[in-house]
Amino acid sequence: ASAATFGLGRPATADEIAAWDIDVRPDGVGLPEGSGDVTTGEEIFTDRCAVCHGDFGEAVGRWPVLAGGQGTLSDDRPNKTIGSFWPYLSTVYDYVHRAMPFGDAQSLTADETYAITAYLLYLNDIVDDEEFVLSRDNFLEVEMPNAEGFMPDDRMETEFPVFVKADVCMENCKDAVEITGRAAILDVTPEETRARQLKEA
Amino acid sequence: MTTRRDILRGGLAATAGLAAGTAARAEGDPLITELQDWNHVLGDGVDANPYGMPSRHEAHVKRRSVEWLTADPVSSVNFTPLHELDGIITPNGLCFERHHGGVADIEPAKHRLMINGLVDTPLVFTMQDLMRFPRENRVYFLECAANSGMEWRGAQLNGCQFTHGMIHNVMYTGVPLRLILEEAGVKTNGKWIMPEGADAAAMTRSIPIEKAMDDCLVAFKMNGEALRPEQGYPLRLVVPGWEGNMWIKWLRRIEVGDQPWHHREETSKYTDLLENGTARRFTWEMDAKSVITNPSPQAPILHSKGPTVLTGVAWSGRGTIPRVDVTIDGGKNWHEARMSGPSFDKSMHRFYYDFDWDGTPLLLQSRAHDSTGYVQPTKEELRQFRGVNSIYHNNGIQTWYVNEKGIAENVEIS
Repeated sequence: ASAATFGLGRPATADEIAAWDIDVRPDGVGLPEGSGDVTTGEEIFTDRCAVCHGDFGEAVGRWPVLAGGQGTLSDDRPNKTIGSFWPYLSTVYDYVHRAMPFGDAQSLTADETYAITAYLLYLNDIVDDEEFVLSRDNFLEVEMPNAEGFMPDDRMETEFPVFVKADVCMENCKDAVEITGRAAILDVTPEETRARQLKEA
Repeated sequence: MTTRRDILRGGLAATAGLAAGTAARAEGDPLITELQDWNHVLGDGVDANPYGMPSRHEAHVKRRSVEWLTADPVSSVNFTPLHELDGIITPNGLCFERHHGGVADIEPAKHRLMINGLVDTPLVFTMQDLMRFPRENRVYFLECAANSGMEWRGAQLNGCQFTHGMIHNVMYTGVPLRLILEEAGVKTNGKWIMPEGADAAAMTRSIPIEKAMDDCLVAFKMNGEALRPEQGYPLRLVVPGWEGNMWIKWLRRIEVGDQPWHHREETSKYTDLLENGTARRFTWEMDAKSVITNPSPQAPILHSKGPTVLTGVAWSGRGTIPRVDVTIDGGKNWHEARMSGPSFDKSMHRFYYDFDWDGTPLLLQSRAHDSTGYVQPTKEELRQFRGVNSIYHNNGIQTWYVNEKGIAENVEIS
């Protein structure tokens, strides 16, 4: 509310804002009226989601895994799912509603989205009651297991003091060098590139 | 039927692998002593190519993808052929792509940009409205947060296109986001913005208002022409120095709020898991990084020993790149590379190291210094802080092993 303006654009109408402003925040701002239960969610999920995400959120092929993996975040191969990793339930509602099903985004009603969200909580053992009904009223009561698992970017405090250097070694910096890993052994680069290499060898 | 042109082309390919055509020179080069087609046959007229494409001999210079990386080519990524490029500007048709819902096909007359939330007057702009704001031209790199992400555990993909090609560097023409936000009037409690795309992924991110008011652009042109569809036509956000995911394409709405939204692309994705199981969030800046583009696995040394040009690119999300060091012996000794071309803030920089190759194997690395004094770390140094599961923000030093034949390979060294 400072500076000179150009008088460009025109006021957005309430209907226009309502049509596009569908985002939901962790404090529940943006959640619409509505509700859905686990059982209904399972039906919708089976019908519209399971083809990619599997009947139990375990995923088909390389599609995202939605459930399981709790307690694996410090493992060698962590399994990052809604239940094991996502900090906020609002993100589940918002993302499913705005971008899923893949290829038919924004086709789910508020009630359907609440129901799917409830089923995803069930699949992740965050609720254990098939009668559980998720709605705007009880949405903030759900506790996500990894809600406290995130911290701000601390690179300036942890890494910069080490990586900002006045001097770097330029001569005789080490006695010996060994190759410790090779991409060619893995051989997962697209064939065309490798073919060129071999041809020109 | 074999034509004269085919034989010629075969001959050319054969000489390319030899010692720079010295044999041909000694015997009298038929490319000189014999009349070539293009010496007397007329070429295409000026109306043959209203929008020109590269020479057909450059057909190998193209974006490539790695099928196994993602579940589906629609929510996926491809890679800029860095090893075939020089200078600092990426040609529009070669700029890597990253979509989450495919390439939206939007008629500009039907595109709208809405500003809403904590503003005095929520506004709607047409493309025509946006073209009436004062414009700026800036050259910036856009690097995917996941660039080099497949390399955290070790050397995996064999070529800088694949290890470092989720980046492009173009000149954007656009309107400072500040002017558009001021047009709506940001309320004093407006601390964050949330740009949103018009595509089927409706991508959203949270960006602090300080960044929005500082150097973000709402861009409609790249390298002088309209944005390519795959780069957000007709409108994208430019967030200089920050991870590519935040550069929302097909930009249709910007909401102003008093706190971040913690949406999918800043919780599930674009958070960096550390060894202890906690994750960093809001890791926005892309740290200083560099890569040698030639020689590299896709660009072997095709000549014999003697004068050799080593070149590469360096960039930093925190400033310029005043210096790059290069080693050819795996870090025993370093040489300050020669920077060439313009040095823009948060842009790619081109470096060269011209050396006399003695024909023995090489271990090549480059080490960028940015204008804050930050020196590009090794991968091992980064792993000390982050482990191997953070996916994003791998700016570790890359090593290429070049054997006595000039063939290069992606390796890690002690």
